[in-house]
Amino acid sequence: MDKKGKVTLGIFGALLGILWLFPFYLIVSNSFKTPKGIFASVLSLPHPSTSDNYVNSFKALNFIGSLTNSLIITVFSVLLIILASSMAAYALQRNHSKLSGGILMLFISAMLIPFQSVMIPLTANFGAVHFLNMWGLVIMYIGFDCSLSVFLYQGTLSGIPIAMDESAEIEGASRWQIFTKVIFPMLSPITVTVAILNIIAIWNDYLLPSLVLPQAQYTIPLQMFNFFGEYTKQWHLALAGITLSIIPVIIFYLFAQKWIIKGVTDGAVK
Amino acid sequence: MKNKSLSFWLFLTPTLVALALVVFIPVLEGLFYSFTDWDGLRFTKVVGFQNYITLFQDKAFINAFWFTVGFVIVTVILLNVIGLGLALLVTQKFKGSNFLRTVFFMPNMIGGLILGFIWQFIFTQGFQALGDALHVSWLQNWLTNETTGFWGLVIVTVWQMSGYIMIIYIAYLQNIPNEIIEAAKIDGASAWQRFTKITFPMIAPAFTVCMFLTLSNGFKIYDQNLSLTNGGPYNSTQMLAMDIVNTAYNSGNFALSEAKAIIFFIIVAAISLVQVAYNKKREEDL
Repeated sequence: MDKKGKVTLGIFGALLGILWLFPFYLIVSNSFKTPKGIFASVLSLPHPSTSDNYVNSFKALNFIGSLTNSLIITVFSVLLIILASSMAAYALQRNHSKLSGGILMLFISAMLIPFQSVMIPLTANFGAVHFLNMWGLVIMYIGFDCSLSVFLYQGTLSGIPIAMDESAEIEGASRWQIFTKVIFPMLSPITVTVAILNIIAIWNDYLLPSLVLPQAQYTIPLQMFNFFGEYTKQWHLALAGITLSIIPVIIFYLFAQKWIIKGVTDGAVK
Repeated sequence: MKNKSLSFWLFLTPTLVALALVVFIPVLEGLFYSFTDWDGLRFTKVVGFQNYITLFQDKAFINAFWFTVGFVIVTVILLNVIGLGLALLVTQKFKGSNFLRTVFFMPNMIGGLILGFIWQFIFTQGFQALGDALHVSWLQNWLTNETTGFWGLVIVTVWQMSGYIMIIYIAYLQNIPNEIIEAAKIDGASAWQRFTKITFPMIAPAFTVCMFLTLSNGFKIYDQNLSLTNGGPYNSTQMLAMDIVNTAYNSGNFALSEAKAIIFFIIVAAISLVQVAYNKKREEDL
């Protein structure tokens, strides 16, 4: 492409980029305004600006508490999903029988079942054994999210020669040692993908935790939903709350961008 | 690992147990309850297909179905056109193209619930202010009727997911060998010919993936629906997933909700399977 063409594309791209970022500008700039300021002009920069909205919404959202809950639930779920699904994929991939093909089909068919088809019996069952809390939720995430993860691990495992297992076996390693010492370390690229996909999904999830968690264990989206209900029409507070709740996600995105984009691509394409 | 070996089963146990507890047992229970008068705790009798007959006469469900179908058709087209457009744009090497990639994907990191709240502000306050300033009436009173609620949901979804679809198209675009494009250039093919005759056929597998993702995602949307319009005004913008949730938790019709969820499952699964089979066949024909 000639130079003129590139400049035109650059300008067009920049305009599109501004359009894409404009919602963020509106949210952040208005979150520093007083109610009067928002009423006077939504589009302008905050003048005068105030940080009171942040102080108030930080407290009302119980931000530290809900951030901690979100972190605990996400970290435990993702670690256990990685462990359980890589183990399952290893067993299935190193077994070339009809049985393992059948079990893999079972995993794939589980991906087709929408959440609404299981939600009522699921919460009733977990409620019956007093497991409607964050640990019950972690188990549910393993069940919902392991199918895709097994599928991803399975694809990568087929590229690791079985000679690796055999030579370790000759040296006297047990099946568990072969898996943890030889195979699992070789899976790290796909482990990053599995982690990224599950972190995004679990961190942002709303409906399932809203049916499972008691109020003391509310995550950021749940707290945000309650908060928004309480402060409808008090946009200055609601917007500060929205900004607070997306800050952790944006920080994570800016730091881990390369892996996130790779992970998302792998998850969809493989 | 042999079928009978202990380690085979030990490695599989955690995943299989979780999957059984969380997906397979509940879905079978749900299927059974959809034929009863279940109230969420107990049932007194089996009612046959009564719940299924009721749901096809249930106006809310039928409305939600057609609203969702319209939404899915519009978003599948827009997301694929815009996603491919963005991918073609950022794969041209110009200053800032990598930064643009980051920008376009960013909304995808934020959960549907919070996205809906963000846009509720923009539609009700931002659009209003812009409409007042420019004296443009179609920018005013958004989300107060079905039409603006529909397009509001479409805009939120497009803003959120275009970057995701873009990323997938980029992955396939980068797989096209540069030599083919260069050779076509030398043979005098125009930019449009290069796109339709080379790029387009070569990214056919990307369509399978993107159609599948946008279709099944469109049908399953709930969070954005809840936080943007909450189905209102008067349930006119209620989508299938929300109708099922509300039938259970707002109206207490658990058995009816299960029947709806089973129909929902059949719709989503059928579309996914037909679509994948069809695209596989078309790819082979190309």
